[in-house]
Amino acid sequence: MRFALKRHSVLPGFGLTLGYTLLYLSLIVLLPLSALFFKSAELSMAEFWSTVTNPRVVASYKLTFGASLIAATINAVFGFAVAWTLVRYRFPGRRLLDAIVDLPFALPTAVSGIALTAIYSQHGWIGQYLEPWGVKVAFTPLGITLALTFIGLPFVVRTLQPALQDLDRETEEAAAILGANRFQTFTRVIIPVVLPALLTGFALAFARAIGEYGSVVFISGNMPMRTEIASLLIISKLEQHDTAGATAIALVMLLSSFVLLAAINGLQWYAGRRHHGLS
Amino acid sequence: MSVEVAHITKTFGEFRALNDVSLRIRQGELVALLGPSGSGKTTLLRILAGLEVPDDGSGGVSFHEEVVTNQPVGKRQVGFVFQHYALFRHMSVFENIAFPLRVRPRRQRPSFEEIRRRVMELLELVQLSGVGKRYPSQLSGGQRQRVALARALAVEPRVLLLDEPFGALDAQVRQELRGWLRRLHQEIHVTSVLVTHDQEEALEVADRVVVMNAGRIEQDGTPEQVFHQPASEFVMRFLGQVNVFHGRVHKGRASFEDMAFDYPHYPHDQEQRATVYMRPHELDIHRSSNGVPSLAARVERLNPAGSSAKVVLRTQQGQDLLVDMPLERFRQLGLAPGEEVFVVAKAARVFVPDIAPEYMI
Amino acid sequence: MGTASLSHEASADGATAFRVTRVVTDERPWARWLLIGVTVTFLSLFLVVPLAAVFAEAFRKGLGAYLASFRDPNALAAIRLTLLTAAIAVPANLVFGVAAAWCIAKFEFRGKSLLISLIDIPFAVSPVVSGLIYMLLFGMQGWFGPWLAERGIQVIFAVPGIVLATIFVTFPFVARELIPLMQEQGTEEEQAAVSLGASGWQTFRRVTLPNIKWALLYGVILSNARAMGEFGAVSVVSGHIRGKTNTMPLHVEILYNEYNFVAAFAVASLLALLALATLVLKTLVEWQMQRQVTEALELREET
Repeated sequence: MRFALKRHSVLPGFGLTLGYTLLYLSLIVLLPLSALFFKSAELSMAEFWSTVTNPRVVASYKLTFGASLIAATINAVFGFAVAWTLVRYRFPGRRLLDAIVDLPFALPTAVSGIALTAIYSQHGWIGQYLEPWGVKVAFTPLGITLALTFIGLPFVVRTLQPALQDLDRETEEAAAILGANRFQTFTRVIIPVVLPALLTGFALAFARAIGEYGSVVFISGNMPMRTEIASLLIISKLEQHDTAGATAIALVMLLSSFVLLAAINGLQWYAGRRHHGLS
Repeated sequence: MSVEVAHITKTFGEFRALNDVSLRIRQGELVALLGPSGSGKTTLLRILAGLEVPDDGSGGVSFHEEVVTNQPVGKRQVGFVFQHYALFRHMSVFENIAFPLRVRPRRQRPSFEEIRRRVMELLELVQLSGVGKRYPSQLSGGQRQRVALARALAVEPRVLLLDEPFGALDAQVRQELRGWLRRLHQEIHVTSVLVTHDQEEALEVADRVVVMNAGRIEQDGTPEQVFHQPASEFVMRFLGQVNVFHGRVHKGRASFEDMAFDYPHYPHDQEQRATVYMRPHELDIHRSSNGVPSLAARVERLNPAGSSAKVVLRTQQGQDLLVDMPLERFRQLGLAPGEEVFVVAKAARVFVPDIAPEYMI
Repeated sequence: MGTASLSHEASADGATAFRVTRVVTDERPWARWLLIGVTVTFLSLFLVVPLAAVFAEAFRKGLGAYLASFRDPNALAAIRLTLLTAAIAVPANLVFGVAAAWCIAKFEFRGKSLLISLIDIPFAVSPVVSGLIYMLLFGMQGWFGPWLAERGIQVIFAVPGIVLATIFVTFPFVARELIPLMQEQGTEEEQAAVSLGASGWQTFRRVTLPNIKWALLYGVILSNARAMGEFGAVSVVSGHIRGKTNTMPLHVEILYNEYNFVAAFAVASLLALLALATLVLKTLVEWQMQRQVTEALELREET
């Protein structure tokens, strides 16, 4: 067999476009990212380890991952209800609502951050009603979770919508004819089919939350050990000209994002293959 | 020669799509490349168009004695009609057909008026004068097919290539378009090559049929030749229905089941395996054997719905046998299921390994 | 038959469409209205209230105070820098996106799926880390920083760094929209154009571009929104020099931290308007794409 890098095609421009793509990708993405790995390699293993296991750093990781996990879980539940309502029902204002779902995505994170802080602070529109109950949102982990829920919502809804749209109504009808009640149909027919999409949406929201900075930094209060997220810690290390420390914390975050990304890809591959095998 | 293909081989990875294929097509001929999927017919067509290139070191393609193997597709002046038409969905019918004229280098580009005149002419040729302003999505399948053809003809092609041109259409439109394509070809007489897996289509439309299998040409001949004098068992099986029996030849006789007949082409003493093919319409049913070579069988099923009657029988060794007879003869016989009868062959073909096939009885 | 009845509804584009109401697979009315109620309440409380708050806070001290916020030269400089950044980053990623989609969708070659994954990387990198990696390249302790500084070129804490970080975070948007669409559209139309004598550029401009224009616009809208609104990555490389390296989101932060809330929310309200415009445009383009997909399906359907 002859080794061929590319299958013959009559269309022009392959060399030019691939060359440009690789060059641009290398300069903008690969080279800067490799700098992160090389820079952290300058640290000895012991230095690296003591940086990332510093109690303040560990507390920030716990907070970041914990709040992100809770936010993604809330989004999975409410996102499902929103996606289901938008796909299945027709009611006045549906199209408007559908468009608004993307607001957290379109609104610059700094704007979301100050707006959420204004609403949930002690005297804010919503905060003032929570205050008498002893519920403090702004400058607490609860506020961080709230902000992360806000920015993660579109990911779950937008991933679920196409999956719910593709749901074959005839299988549901078949389930009904075979004697399943609505709840059984839901748990045994609908959920298994849309589960890959739900998990993908969950993972996307989770990944986005881990790295989020702008919407959190205002509402969190940034108290070390209590409400300091990992992204903020990187910035304060940089401000103290501790580039190596910032790099070490960043590397841990980057690797965890890559693991999540790989999980998402694996999930999609699995779902695609299963779907393919059925048809 | 209008088109000449010499010793072309084409491999995709491990798969050999074409294996040393050669073909010559005369000016104005309409040739059908016929074969099952994976036989290499579409690959050959795409190589003619320049959409694929043959393997390095294998032969080449020439149009009118001019070697075009390395000529880019846009310079070859071929008309190509794609299987799914590949109409530009954002352009009107008029713009689709005008496209090849508009993309010519400025010096060769016809004037605005000239383009308009040519497109109108082509629309008239394909009998779609009224639809120039419409978009592909507003047309029926048959209309789209004709627009694709008009667009291909706007190139003023030296060769017109059609990839399964009727594949995506339903049976009735298909039938209509076949007759229409045949008439169009007589009118414009451009050398044409058509790829199809439908034997009926190939036999009806083409001047010449090239039967392909596993990357090779099995037979190249007129529709009559490939149907009545198949060069191989593959062609025999691929064109039309057949009844197949495994038997043997020996000293000038061929035999299978309880039937034997003279076969002078194999005079040897050594007995050999042979395969006997009989087309359903070349069989007849008799109530008695009358000493003619015949096969005893029982009537299983009768189906007179159609232009001929189909009778399914079962031989004594349990093999199904299909007979196709004129309705008149069917009514005259008055067969009933379960009846024991004798099947007489008007013709049979015997294939002995390593010996050229012969037409018998 | 007993399970389905035809009801008639008018769709938004004025055409009418038939919708099959399936009795078996629809929830009971009370359940349906409960779900709708929860969704509407949740979305309005959660999404609409923050948006309203931005404008309420901006106008808290009246129109005069609001407008006065924009007389600050630093605010104007921030607006100019934001526009400049987007004007460089979006076209750069547009060209890249088209080139990448062309080679990926129209050709078969080894390593293609790896390339697609690599293009997605910037989405997996958090904003702060995105800024950090450019620090590591161009900062004073970075690989190229000292070398560039000797020649009087400053990247970090200057406009080039802001532009680079913005290009990084908006890198995949256009390519991501185009690649699946162009893969799905296949190469038949392009092959037809080439076989009809069109040159490479003619094929792209007359056949490919009209087929991808809405997706292209969609990618541009999304990357523009992100480019103008990016905070984390830009925050790391900007250095927060007022009137020089502050983009609008950074300027909002500074004003907010100085307790100058009206001015902060006034600048934020411009960004909120940008977000609303993005949503409107995005929805309009989505409708167009939907229409195109429907037409393509009709075209492909066998008649």
